[in-house]
Amino acid sequence: MADELTPQVPPDQPRIGVDEWVASVEGRRERYRGPVGWARRAWDTAPPAVRLLAFLVPAAIFPLVTTEGNLFRYGLITLVYALLGLGLNVTVGFAGLLDLGYIAFFGFGAYTYGFVASTHTGRHWQAEFAILLAIAVAALVGLIVGFPSRRLVGDYLAIVTLFFGQAFVVFVNNANRIDFPFIGHTDLTGGANGLDNIDPLNVFGWVVNTTKEYYWFTLGAFTLVMILLYFVSESRTGRAWKALREDPLAAEVMSMPVNRLKLMAFVFGAAIAGFAGAIYGSVQTGAFPGDFDVGLLITIYAIVILGGAGSLAGVIVGALIVNGVPELLRDPNQAEWVFYTTLVLLVLVKVRPWQKLVAVVGGTLALGFALVAIANAWFPRWTAGQPGEGKLAHWVSHWMLLPSHPTQIANWAYALTIALILVLTLLRGWARTIVMIPTIYVAAFAWENLLLEQTAGATRFLLLGALLVVLMNARPQGLFGTARVEIV
Amino acid sequence: MNWSLFWDLTVSGVTLGSVYALVALGYSMVYGILKLLNFAHGDVYMIGAFMGWFALHWLGGPVNPSAAAWLVVVLMFAFAMVACGGLGVVIERFAYRPLRNAPRIAPLISALGVSFFLQNSALLLFGASFRDYDTFHLIGGKTYSYKDIFLSVPQLLTIISAVALMIGLTLLVARTKIGKAMRATSFDREAASMMGIDVDRVIASTFFIGSALAGAAGVMFALVFGQIYHFMGFLAGLKGFTAAVIGGIGSIPGAMLGGLLVGLAESYATGYLPQGSTFQNLYVFALLIAIILVRPQGLLGKADVKKV
Amino acid sequence: MAERHLLELSGVDKSFGGLAVLSDLDLHVDEGEIVSVIGPNGAGKTTLFNVITGVYGPDEGEILLDGESIVGLEPHQVTNRGVARTFQTLRLFLNMTVRENVMAVQYGETKATVFESMFRLPRARREEREIRRRAEEKLSFFGQRLVGYRWDQPAYSLSYANRRRLEIARAMATEPRILLLDEPAAGMNPSETHEIAELIGKLREEGKYTILVIEHDMHVVEGISDRVVALDHGVKIAEGSFDDVATDPRVVEAYLGLRRAETK
Repeated sequence: MADELTPQVPPDQPRIGVDEWVASVEGRRERYRGPVGWARRAWDTAPPAVRLLAFLVPAAIFPLVTTEGNLFRYGLITLVYALLGLGLNVTVGFAGLLDLGYIAFFGFGAYTYGFVASTHTGRHWQAEFAILLAIAVAALVGLIVGFPSRRLVGDYLAIVTLFFGQAFVVFVNNANRIDFPFIGHTDLTGGANGLDNIDPLNVFGWVVNTTKEYYWFTLGAFTLVMILLYFVSESRTGRAWKALREDPLAAEVMSMPVNRLKLMAFVFGAAIAGFAGAIYGSVQTGAFPGDFDVGLLITIYAIVILGGAGSLAGVIVGALIVNGVPELLRDPNQAEWVFYTTLVLLVLVKVRPWQKLVAVVGGTLALGFALVAIANAWFPRWTAGQPGEGKLAHWVSHWMLLPSHPTQIANWAYALTIALILVLTLLRGWARTIVMIPTIYVAAFAWENLLLEQTAGATRFLLLGALLVVLMNARPQGLFGTARVEIV
Repeated sequence: MNWSLFWDLTVSGVTLGSVYALVALGYSMVYGILKLLNFAHGDVYMIGAFMGWFALHWLGGPVNPSAAAWLVVVLMFAFAMVACGGLGVVIERFAYRPLRNAPRIAPLISALGVSFFLQNSALLLFGASFRDYDTFHLIGGKTYSYKDIFLSVPQLLTIISAVALMIGLTLLVARTKIGKAMRATSFDREAASMMGIDVDRVIASTFFIGSALAGAAGVMFALVFGQIYHFMGFLAGLKGFTAAVIGGIGSIPGAMLGGLLVGLAESYATGYLPQGSTFQNLYVFALLIAIILVRPQGLLGKADVKKV
Repeated sequence: MAERHLLELSGVDKSFGGLAVLSDLDLHVDEGEIVSVIGPNGAGKTTLFNVITGVYGPDEGEILLDGESIVGLEPHQVTNRGVARTFQTLRLFLNMTVRENVMAVQYGETKATVFESMFRLPRARREEREIRRRAEEKLSFFGQRLVGYRWDQPAYSLSYANRRRLEIARAMATEPRILLLDEPAAGMNPSETHEIAELIGKLREEGKYTILVIEHDMHVVEGISDRVVALDHGVKIAEGSFDDVATDPRVVEAYLGLRRAETK
C-alpha cells in the first residue's frame, strides 16, 4: 500500500500543479522585460559592494560638479534626511513599529550636541564626544519611551509616540522658563528662539567649516551607518526583526523575545536619529523647536515609504526625490518646468493606446487656446493677470487663463481639481479619457493661479500628503520594496 | 478653596470636554468598525470650523446677519455637519476603502497623508492668518448663573447640543437598523456581509456620522473660543483621540466619558498645576500614558480576547 | 519510584470569560513517546498547546518540563527550555525565504549581540555559519521536498503540503526536546497524510524527539501513537492505547452523540 501512494521522485520536467512547476512559475514571472527589466535584474544580482559603489561614486563626485548652494540643499540636507530615513527604516521597516514621535529623537540629538558644544551654553566639547553623547542620550530616551510602550499594539504605539513627539516640541519651546525645584531657573534649550551658535564639528582636531567638508563628513557617516545596518539586517537580530514584523506571535513562540526586540529596534532607530541630529545641529549652527515638528516627520515617513520600508537603497532614492523635488519647486521658474514635465510624463505613461493619447493632448491644448481666445475677445479680465517669468511661463500664458484677481476663482478651481481627479478614478474607458481633458486644464489653472505662489510652503507639503495617499493605493511597497504577502 | 475659580474651570472643562467627546466619538466609531486610526479626523474638525465661518459670512456675517441669530447658528451647524459628513465619506471612499485588505500600516500612512493634505490645503486656500467667529456680536455676551457657577451662552449651547447629539447617536446605534448593522460590522465584518449587510454603506454611514459630529465640534469650539486656523485640527484631533483611548476605543459611552475627562484634566491643569497653561498638553499626555499602562483597554473598553 | 515525565500537566484549568476550556487536566508525556491528543472541535486541544507554550497561563495547575515548572514563563523562554510547536493554521514568515524561516527561529540558540553582528565579530560570524548549516540540515530531513533552489524562495511560494513541512522544520530548528504538532495532517490528501505519518515516525527514530500530536485523522493516530488521550470540552475522558480509546464509550459518544440518537 505504501509504495502506490508514495509519489515518485520528481521527473526532470516540472509537472503542472506540482511544487517545482509552481516554483518555476514564480521565477518566470519575476523576469522583467526591456531596459527597465535589465536594470532591475542587474541590480538584484549585483553583490552588495557593487551596489554600494554605485551610490558612493556619484555621491562623492557631486560636490565637485555643483555650486555650494546646490550642494547644501540637494546634497547635504538630502544626506541628513536619508540618515534619518535609515533610522526610521529600522523601527518601521525592519520591525514594523509605527513610531510617530521619531523626530523627537532627532531633536534630542541636536539639542544635546548644542548643549555641550555651543557658544550659547559656553561648553565646547569635541565632536567625537559630543556626537557620542548625542547618540547615547537619544538612545536612552528611546529606551525610556520604548520601555512602557513595548507591549502596545501598533495603533496605540503610534498615538503614544505621536504625543511624545509633541511633548518634546512643547518642552523645548518652553524649557528656558522652567523653575526646577532645587536648581532654580534654568535655560536648557533657549526656548522658542532655539539654541543658537552651535559649534562646527571638531573631529579629532579637524574643524569642519565649509559645506563641502560637511558633505564629506556626512557622506562618510551615512555610508558607515548603512554598512552597519546591512550587516545587522543579515544577522540573527535582523531576521528576528523581520520575523517580528511578519507575525509577532509566531516569532515569540519560536524563541524570539518579541518585546525585547521591539525595544531594541526602537532604541536603534532613536540612536541613529540622535546621530543625524548632532550633525544637523552643527550644520545649521543651531537647534530650533520648529525644525522638529510634524512637517519633518511626514517628510521622513514619505522617504521611507516611497523608497520601500525595509530597503536600504530605497531610503537614498526616497530622500533624493522627497527632498530634491520640493527644493526644485522653490524657484517658481523651475517649479513650472517640474509641473509641466511631470504632467506630460504622467499623460504619456498612463494614457494608452496612442489614439487616446493624441485625443487627450489635442483636446487639452484645444480647450486652452479656445478659452483664451474667447476670454481675449469677450472677457478680458480673465487674461489680464501677469504671467510668470521665464520662457515656459510665457508660452503657457497663451494657453492658460490668467485672471486679474485669481484668488477666489483659483480656490474653487483647486477644489474642482480634486473633485475631478477623484471622479476620474471612478471612470473607465472613453468617459475617463474625455473627463481627463478638463481635469488637466483645471489642474493647470489651479497650479498657475494658486499653487505656484506657495511652492515654498503649503504646496510642497500638500503634494507630500497626496503622495503618501497615492503611494499606498498604487504601490504600497514603495520603489524598492518587495510586494508583501500578508495574512489578514 | 476658591470655589469661583473651581466652577469656572469646571465649566470650561465640561465645555471643552463636550467638544473633545464629539471628536472622540468619530474616532471610536471608525476604529470600532475598521480598526483604523483616522488621523485625518482632527482635520475634518478643522474644516468644520471653517465651513461654519463661511456659512456665517454667506449669511451676512456676525455683526449684521440676514436672519435671526439662532437661525444663523443652526444653519452654521447644519452646513458644517453636512459638509464634513460628505468630506468624511469622500476620504473613506478614496483613501481607505482601497486599502481594506492591505497590511495595517497602509491605511495609517494614508491617513497621515490625508491629514497633511487637508491641513496644507486649508493653508493654501484660507491663508495662515487666524479667522474669528466674533461670537460676541453674533450671540451676545449674556451669561447665566447659579450661585458661583457662570455659563456663557456659547458654553451652554455647546454643552446642550453636544449632549443632544450624543443622545441622538446612542439612540441611533441602539434602536435603528443601521445602528444594528454598524454594531454587527464592528464585530465581524465578513460575517456581517454574509448576513446581507451592505458593509460599504455601513462604513460610509459611520464615516458620515463621525465626521458630521466632528464638524459640529469644530463650530462649537469656534463659537466658544473664537479663533480658527488651519492647524487647529492637529491638537484637537490628538486630544480627541486621547479621549477615545482613555474611555475605551470602540466604545461610545467611553468616548463621551473620555472626552469629559480630558477636557476637565486640561482645564484643571491650566488652573491648578504649576505652569499649567504652557504644559497643559503634557499633562494630558501623562494622563493618557498612565491609563494606557494601567488599563490598556481604556476605562469602559473590553479587553480584547483573540483566538489563537 | 516512577520515572520523571518529560512533560507533565497536573490539575490544569483554563477559562475564557466564564467558559471553561480546560478542566482539571492531567497529562504526561515520557521521553521518546509519541502521544496523540484527540477530541471533537472545541475540546480545548489547541488551548492545551497554548497553555503549555506560555501563550497564556493556566488559571490553576502545574506544568512541569523535566521536573521544572514552566508556568509563567514567556513563550520564547518556554521554547528555549525545549518545547517547540507548530500551528494548526500555519504561521510561517511568509515574506522571508524558506531558509530564513528556519534560520530565524534559532535566535534562542545563539548569543551574538547586535554589536557583534554589526561589526561582524568572530562569534557572530561563527554562529551565522552554524545557523545556516543547521537550517539546511533540518530542511534536508524532508528528502526531496524542500531542497536546494527552494531554500531561497519566499515561503509564500510553497505549496500547502510543503508549508506544513517547513513549519515542522522550523520547530525542529529550535532544538527542542519535545515537539508539539497541531494537526500536522490537516488539509492533506491521503498520500500526503501517509507521508506525514511516516515523517512523524522518522522524527522519533532519527531525530530522537518526543512528540505530542493533536490530530483528527484516526488512521494517522492509529499508525503513530504509543498512547492516546481523548479530550472533550476540556476534560480528559479517556487515555490508553489507540484500541482502548477508540472503543471507549465516552469517546464514541463525544464524537457521534448518544447511541439513542442514532436510531431514526
